Amino acid sequence: MTLAIDPATAVFAIDHSRCIGCRACVQACAECDTHRGVSLIHLDTVDRMASTQTIPMVCMHCEDPTCAEVCPADAIKQNEDGVVQSSLKPRCIGCSNCVYACPFGIPKYISSFDQMMKCDMCYDRTSDGLKPMCASVCPSEALWYGSTEQFESERTGALVREWSFGRQEVRTKVAIVAVEAGPVDVFIGRRPIPWLEDPFGLEESA
Amino acid sequence: MSGLPVSEEALIERYGPHLNRTPPGGWDAEVETDRVVDTHCCFCGQQCGIRLKVRDDRVVGFEPRYDFPFNEGKLCPKGVKRYLQGSHPDRLLQPLERDPSAPTGFRAVTWDHALDRTANEIRRIQGEYGADSFAVLSGVSISNEKSYLMGKFARLGIGTANLDYNGRLCMVSAGAAGKKALGIDRAANPWSDIPLAEVVFVAGANIAECAPITTSYIWKARDRGAKLIVMDPRVTPAARTADVFLGVRPGTDLAVLEAMLHILIERDWLDHRFIADHTNGFDEAAEAVKGATPAWAAEISGVPAARIEQAAELWGTATTGMLLHARGIEHHTKGVDNVLACINLGLATGKYGKPGCGVNTITGQGNGQGGREHGHKCDQLPGNRDIDNPEHREHVASVWGCDASEIPGKGLTAQEIMDAIHSGEIKGLLSICFNPLVSLPDANFTREALDRLEHYAVIDFFLSETAAHADVVLPGSLHEEDEGTVTTLEGRVVKVNQAIPPPGEARRDWEIICDLAARLGQGRYFEYTSTEEIFDELRRASRGGTADYSGITWKRVVEEQGVFWPCPEEGHPGTPRLYEGGRFYHPDGRARFIPTPWRESSETPDEEYPIYLTTGRVISQYLSGTQTRRIGALVDQYPEPLCEIHPRLADQLGVEDGDLVLLTSRRGSMTAPAKVVSSIRPDTVFVPYHWPGEKSINLLTKRALDPISKIPEFKVSAVRVEKVEGHGDVFDDRDLTLHGERS
Repeated sequence: MTLAIDPATAVFAIDHSRCIGCRACVQACAECDTHRGVSLIHLDTVDRMASTQTIPMVCMHCEDPTCAEVCPADAIKQNEDGVVQSSLKPRCIGCSNCVYACPFGIPKYISSFDQMMKCDMCYDRTSDGLKPMCASVCPSEALWYGSTEQFESERTGALVREWSFGRQEVRTKVAIVAVEAGPVDVFIGRRPIPWLEDPFGLEESA
Repeated sequence: MSGLPVSEEALIERYGPHLNRTPPGGWDAEVETDRVVDTHCCFCGQQCGIRLKVRDDRVVGFEPRYDFPFNEGKLCPKGVKRYLQGSHPDRLLQPLERDPSAPTGFRAVTWDHALDRTANEIRRIQGEYGADSFAVLSGVSISNEKSYLMGKFARLGIGTANLDYNGRLCMVSAGAAGKKALGIDRAANPWSDIPLAEVVFVAGANIAECAPITTSYIWKARDRGAKLIVMDPRVTPAARTADVFLGVRPGTDLAVLEAMLHILIERDWLDHRFIADHTNGFDEAAEAVKGATPAWAAEISGVPAARIEQAAELWGTATTGMLLHARGIEHHTKGVDNVLACINLGLATGKYGKPGCGVNTITGQGNGQGGREHGHKCDQLPGNRDIDNPEHREHVASVWGCDASEIPGKGLTAQEIMDAIHSGEIKGLLSICFNPLVSLPDANFTREALDRLEHYAVIDFFLSETAAHADVVLPGSLHEEDEGTVTTLEGRVVKVNQAIPPPGEARRDWEIICDLAARLGQGRYFEYTSTEEIFDELRRASRGGTADYSGITWKRVVEEQGVFWPCPEEGHPGTPRLYEGGRFYHPDGRARFIPTPWRESSETPDEEYPIYLTTGRVISQYLSGTQTRRIGALVDQYPEPLCEIHPRLADQLGVEDGDLVLLTSRRGSMTAPAKVVSSIRPDTVFVPYHWPGEKSINLLTKRALDPISKIPEFKVSAVRVEKVEGHGDVFDDRDLTLHGERS
């Protein structure tokens, strides 16, 4: 069946608070017909000793992609829906400029292919009105893909698409979900959960 | 028979587990497929819809099944990689017979030989030691049709009372409590009720790893403003953002639940009208929790009293609420009482039979719901009937075309069957879809028992660690190699479709059973020509029982994307939500409050064994791992059991991340790398149970059973933890390479 989601206006949202670290996204990414056996999504464990928090990251699909700007071979293209694609095989020289330049750390140089590959938002699927593989399978909907109207009617949180890395301003097609609208300081983070400081009440009198 | 036929290494070399990493033909193979089959995942009780891609009669990949309403395309990593269990080098393709002189321990034999020998041994053992000396152990990863058939086969084909199933290790505490309090054993709600709840209380359920799709339903509720309470000895991934976290000591959930009822009564957060109109026994239950103050419960459970009060307030003041529980409160010698205490919280606040209201078990096994209804439990006949009830026996006998006196009475439960094998009362065993050497407690005891059997026959698709002890191995069918129905954790009957034929000489399980019945001279009861015929007989057998399927047809199941039982006639719409209008399933229509006085676990820490051990699952493995330990991408995610240990305890023991620790209980010991995490209580260690041999945490667990449900107490043991020489491989996910293999 087709879900008839218009890729030009679709929302791809990542809500890290919902990630359960299950790696369904990693496993499903490798099942995509265009890069079978190779997973291009990132899933990082932040600090397992401190928390079960895990962070899935797909390509953020910048409006002005840094990876493409720094590519000496003009091998990274953005299509009409704003999706930034993997390097074009005939052009990529494997220099890894993009790998170093991407503010989100997304592109990977893959030696067995001798080219840079990255998430292309499953363009073979999304151009057909389907969801990308990772957002199709994500059990907790930490990775979510659908229309703006659907997001607004069903989900809470504000979509963050504007980023500051030092003096570099970046605007992305993919959004990160924040608790509320407005600037987010990554060093302070989200609304605190009181019990999380002491889950087992070791400091409280039982 | 004694011991394995050849060395463990020789068995593993031939029969695995080997790791299958690539689809048939490799990753570069043509992606065109011959057909795409709509079916379900073969693993947990959620039974997610999935589409399997087939080429040349081999499953080569999957597609999300967006149109199936439960999961709308979602899958966990096991679902994504499930297709790699087919075309597997370890797949059993021929009947085998134990042969210690063969290099691999087994020789291939003909079906005739394998079935003749099994039938002869069944009759010889029964002739020599009595009808019940031959036992059957079944499993609930198999369909409703096969579950039904195994019950009928044990009773009429073999004629033994001793038939039970591995659901005994899973949902039986919830089932027994549901029958006692509510008159029926089924989840109260379709999962679509979860988003309608103002409060969701997850009690002893690691939903992120054991029922991952359920996480999305809880977030839907939270998006609508619901509060989340989680009770667990570990801060599980889904607990991380909870509004209230109750970090209980293992085995003390009951104290917290009783204190919550105490608070509800004291603060008058009760639905008096519901209690008066729809329940019995409130006063006795109230009396029983009079002394269960939050301070008392805090002392026992280690949960601060203020948090128990917060939880009670959230539950008591919300108009709607869903309580979801699983093995965390059920795997106890008071598993039934724990569930009854949850039910009491639901009844006291009137949270039943309305949208967004209910107390539900999250059934674990693939067909954990349907498989516990149709008669391969030792005390049960189809339709969740009682094998001791003369009317129930008459009805089933009339469907089976036998005399009621031919149906044996109640037999032993799964662990009790293993105990009776160990003590020599049971001499022969046929098992299907059950790997007790990994999944039962006290694995050394199980191994001893298996070696005392005079004859052991196994139906399976891989040679599990238990099957390696068999005399005869009959290659059966994988989930995708037969069709049939399963009933999901919601009580929704869904259709599994055949994607490919069984490979080699492997056969569909039900055909093997029917052939065996014929050789036992009982073929007249087993003359089926299709799987659907078995279902149609199951429908008739279930008619009038509490689990009434008589109105459910395969056609309806497909057209309606599943039908919820009870469904007593063909025009009946099915029953997604139970107890509407406050009608319960006891003859008087009323639910029962049942008092659950506090008691300790069978074993608690002492000077010699000062630490709690609790066990459970990880996301990438399923149960005893017979299937998932053969799939490379899943094994890479979590290759071997790790011992989760709090930094405070680790400091005391001088243990750092990755150091090997020796865990010892009164039953046995094992060594595992320490994974130092602050997400577990400092007085508790956790080890997952999916592995065999030296890596089996069930070497340490205790054969202590709930007196009613007979579920073993997997969740509480007392152990000693010591640092030993060596360092293990505690990697984290960042070490996985792009190809999914570890660097």
